[in-house]
Amino acid sequence: MTTEFRRFRGTPGYLTSDALESAVNCSLALEKPLLVKGEPGTGKTLLAEAISAAFEAPLLTWHVKSSTRAQDGLYVYDTVARLYDSRFGDGDVRDIRRYIKFGPVGEAFRAERRVVLLIDEVDKADLEFPNDLLHELDRMRFRVGETGDEVVARERPIVIITSNNEKDLPDAFLRRCVFHFIDFPDQELMRRIVAVHHPGLDAALLDQCLAVFYEIRGMQRMRKRPSTSELVDWIAVLQRAGVTAVRLDRELPFLGALLKKEQDLAAFADQLSGGRKFRS
Amino acid sequence: MIVPFLYALRRRKLPVGTQEAVNLARALSLGLHESSLEGFYEVARALLVHSEQHLDEFDVAFAEHFRGVTFDAVKITEEIRGWLEEVQKLRELTDEEKASIEALDLDELQRLFEQRLKEQTSRHDGGNRWIGTGGTSPFGRGGFHPTGMSVGPPGGGSRGAVKSADARRYKGYRTDVVLDLRQIEVALRRLRAFNREGYADELDIEGTIDATAKNAGELDVVVRPPRRPDTRVLLIMDVGGSMDPYADAVSQVFSAAKRATHWKELRTFYFHNCVYGRVYRTDHFGDPIGVHELLRVTSPKYKVIFLGDALMAPYELLATSADEPGNPPTSGLHWLSVLREHFPHSIWLNPEAPRGWSGNTIEAVRSVFPMFHLTVDGLTEAVQELTRRR
Repeated sequence: MTTEFRRFRGTPGYLTSDALESAVNCSLALEKPLLVKGEPGTGKTLLAEAISAAFEAPLLTWHVKSSTRAQDGLYVYDTVARLYDSRFGDGDVRDIRRYIKFGPVGEAFRAERRVVLLIDEVDKADLEFPNDLLHELDRMRFRVGETGDEVVARERPIVIITSNNEKDLPDAFLRRCVFHFIDFPDQELMRRIVAVHHPGLDAALLDQCLAVFYEIRGMQRMRKRPSTSELVDWIAVLQRAGVTAVRLDRELPFLGALLKKEQDLAAFADQLSGGRKFRS
Repeated sequence: MIVPFLYALRRRKLPVGTQEAVNLARALSLGLHESSLEGFYEVARALLVHSEQHLDEFDVAFAEHFRGVTFDAVKITEEIRGWLEEVQKLRELTDEEKASIEALDLDELQRLFEQRLKEQTSRHDGGNRWIGTGGTSPFGRGGFHPTGMSVGPPGGGSRGAVKSADARRYKGYRTDVVLDLRQIEVALRRLRAFNREGYADELDIEGTIDATAKNAGELDVVVRPPRRPDTRVLLIMDVGGSMDPYADAVSQVFSAAKRATHWKELRTFYFHNCVYGRVYRTDHFGDPIGVHELLRVTSPKYKVIFLGDALMAPYELLATSADEPGNPPTSGLHWLSVLREHFPHSIWLNPEAPRGWSGNTIEAVRSVFPMFHLTVDGLTEAVQELTRRR
């Protein structure tokens, strides 16, 4: 078991921390799915793209929705198409395989080379959803019930699962994953992240933006605190508009890029005018 | 040292078991920790912790366990060896897991540890900075000594593991203390239930196939009503007086409930201290509705959440008075019992800490409603109570 494997060290466009690298490498070495949680906008989905780029493995994404069932990820047997074909006589309806459509997990198993499989926002789906995938992700194989074919992964895909914490995930599922919680970046890391997105940004403006940004995040009554992606967007807008200096006051330019809720805008104005902390 | 650490985690209610132990052993044997305590901290955290709620407990346990530890590498290697042998004896291991343990190169592990120990001693004796400067170490990572940061200057750019653990950056994610809007929303979301009703406009594929087959192959389309949320919630809140310090927490619960889109209906009412014959539709005690009128328009299917500290002068709860001239006098407690009898799915959320729940009016209110502390854990239990079938 002392075989060397390639370690993940981040990419030029995606900065990592020691803890994140360690978690990714654990997941690679132990061949277990990596479960990534964290505040929205901390780059959970981008991590999968970065890993895909670092290992030059194609990325297959499965966006989970509230209506998604585990079966959809494996394959879908298109009964309606077959029914219509049988009625109107198009094609050979005896061949069920023609009506089996593989989902992202099925495609990842069938791929010729190692791929990165991103199961995005797994918590969006039904509570039972992760449990239904346990066996398939563990054994890396499943059987197509209609044809009896077994689909076995040729190359074990790198599985990244993200969660926004909308629901608790089942314990059995958690036990099989390597877990990482993406911290909100501190000022130093944030400076580097912004530099990746906006190379050549004026240092003085960046200082001011970061100061304002962390000040707003620290405010007590924020319902939705601005995240990295909002900071990056805000700076982009500032640059477009040719703003060269910002400071924290009521007339903060393009505040709407940072704060997305009416209550937050009100709280912001309140805070700056030294408003009362509690509403009765 | 490591197995007791796992037990220390278990004592702190972290769900770690054999599977986690085996994973950790495999990771260490693959050298993922890069032979440093700091690396061990990262690896152990990734493998032993499954939820951000537990990160803080992990940090506390780690700091406690590894503080002031002089890393006796030989002993550790012995211990890991013994531990692995012990693990091998466990019956529930699969063949695969057994193989992975047998494949551990123990000598290699020992060599790494010893080398590490030598480096450690020399740094100790020489009085150098304990956080590594890289360069001389064959493993390239500094900060091996667990408590190094507390003695030496914080140089070298890397953080000692115990220091990261000590920082307790994940305190905010503990579920037994904080309550933030998002967490309340998540807790309340479990209150939902679905039912099929309304206009049938969704294609029932299974049903269509069955019907078509029964119909000798002639297409027979079956439709059904879509699934819709079917939870009705009453939120009844105490405002003013002793509740003022909790105004923020209460307003968060309120906005989380308002934003919950997965309920069929949410009605909110207000009262002061205790319910006497009527509740109010606005928080300034306007637009009252009598309790009996409320019971008439709401079915027992409603899930009812009371939110209040249940603290008041005893006479406010127990003294009898007539709500309307001519009606028989009744006490506040009686009104609460009337509500409880009508709504089997009802609970009381209390922002006061449970240690102050006895010897005052809270005790009396608790005898009527199941009471839960207004924290994420308490809210989760409350939701479980509300969704229990009766």
